[in-house]
Amino acid sequence: MLNLDIQKIRKDFPILNQQIYNKPLVYFDNGATTQKPQIVIDEESKIYSQENSNIHRGVHYLSEQLTQRYEDARKTVQKFINAPHDHEIILTSGTTESINTIAYSFGEKYVNEGDEIIISTLEHHANIVPWQMLCERKKAVLKVIPINDKGELLLDEYQKLISPKTKIVAVNQVSNALGTVNDVKKIIEIAHKNDIPVLIDGAQSVQHNVVDVQDLDCDFFVFSGHKLYGPNGIGVIYGKEKFLNEMPPYMTGGEMIKKVTFEKTTFNELPFKFEAGTPNYVAAIGLATAIDYIQELGLENIAAYEKELLDYATEKLESIEGLRIIGTAANKVCAISFILENIHHFDAGMVIDKMGIAVRTGHHCAEPLMDRFNIEGTLRASFAFYNTKEEIDKLYDAILTVKQMFG
Amino acid sequence: MTLKEQQDEIIEEFSVFDDWMDKYNYLIDLSKDLKEIDPKYKTQQYLIEGCQSKVWLFAEMDNEEIKYYADSDAIITKGIAALLVRVLSGQKPADILNNELYFLDKIGLQQNLSPTRSNGLLAMVKQMKLYAIAYKAKMGN
Repeated sequence: MLNLDIQKIRKDFPILNQQIYNKPLVYFDNGATTQKPQIVIDEESKIYSQENSNIHRGVHYLSEQLTQRYEDARKTVQKFINAPHDHEIILTSGTTESINTIAYSFGEKYVNEGDEIIISTLEHHANIVPWQMLCERKKAVLKVIPINDKGELLLDEYQKLISPKTKIVAVNQVSNALGTVNDVKKIIEIAHKNDIPVLIDGAQSVQHNVVDVQDLDCDFFVFSGHKLYGPNGIGVIYGKEKFLNEMPPYMTGGEMIKKVTFEKTTFNELPFKFEAGTPNYVAAIGLATAIDYIQELGLENIAAYEKELLDYATEKLESIEGLRIIGTAANKVCAISFILENIHHFDAGMVIDKMGIAVRTGHHCAEPLMDRFNIEGTLRASFAFYNTKEEIDKLYDAILTVKQMFG
Repeated sequence: MTLKEQQDEIIEEFSVFDDWMDKYNYLIDLSKDLKEIDPKYKTQQYLIEGCQSKVWLFAEMDNEEIKYYADSDAIITKGIAALLVRVLSGQKPADILNNELYFLDKIGLQQNLSPTRSNGLLAMVKQMKLYAIAYKAKMGN
């Protein structure tokens, strides 16, 4: 039974109601960024027009009010992922900054020459390159969990990669390029048996399923606001207090200090130690508004409907001759990566675009993963709860047109 | 035909299309007509790598005129490459450097040359001009 009124929900997203090349917009690039409900757009606008003031420093009315709202937003994020404490929530500019912060700070404290870091074949470049840079700095070694042909991580191989030198495991909960949902609970359990902390990249998971960081027992969890129907320029680090207290700050400046003299600076407490400079408080409050919005819809309802969309689209696309879905994991979120036999993904993408349908083409910032499948790129349709089966039918028709043109 | 005449002719040809699909179908036809590049030039050395599609470009001097040869792994990119070859191939280096390329804008394909469209075409135009600079310098000597 569908608990969401999709037509009503679509009215909450003003961008969806428009024509592209004289055709109604079909937005299937939700893996790259999601659209924003009016309530989020209004909230940001209201802050700038009525409430703006720099937070945490002023003694005046506006500053105090907005500081309170910023800290409330932190608490909303904390509850959203069920983090134990609000000071374990660091607000950043996005997942990329979150991972860079941890890779740098964790690396400074715990990683030395000859140590090992484990990531996976499914990672986005943002969860590869920061670790690579750390390995270069510290002369550490990067190890990569392989996958099978369905795009699932090989956990037996993962176990074999773990050694006494492993310092951290960093994997995504959901692959951006394939939609694979990884069994991160198991990955964390295995790491913890060996006293190794785990970072989970939740950029593609928090918008699709309920995440409980205490249940997962992950040591770090990161995600972005803009993929969660929230504003751009805001992201999150959840980190266990024990690590965050021991790790040195990544960026330094105002706000994150306790006392500064020219001889010595002492740092502020958590979470401020990791929030140098003026934070993006407008986006943080916008993110909290987005979280409230999707919690009102209910993530369980969202997951159920998105599963319906995924199953419908998978069946429909699979029926097209010469279409091959890349990533056929048993457990997936609603993203489908595919290639068309003898048709370049760029050509297909160009034509599909002209039908008013937004899909993504290319390597999806996961070049090593494309290499694993021996392909240069795919087309990816990634759905959200405001998409419909009728829109999937349009994609199906568009693919048939592509085949006709280039076949 | 001068470089300007070539461009105007293409603009004229495209003026009959009022639909994107017709334009793309025409580019697909043009891609098929593009003179095959000698396989020995379809190597890493002549590859212009875009994020989305690849372009191979080779040029040679023939009687004070530059002859361009191109190919791409994507058909629409190849069709646009065919247009660029048609306009610039057989022209003198100085003409290639002194004339503006306005036809892509006029036929609505300028977006394919924007820096964010990483299909290799913008780099291809740059490379074509670099060949012209190099051959012009050579001729000057």
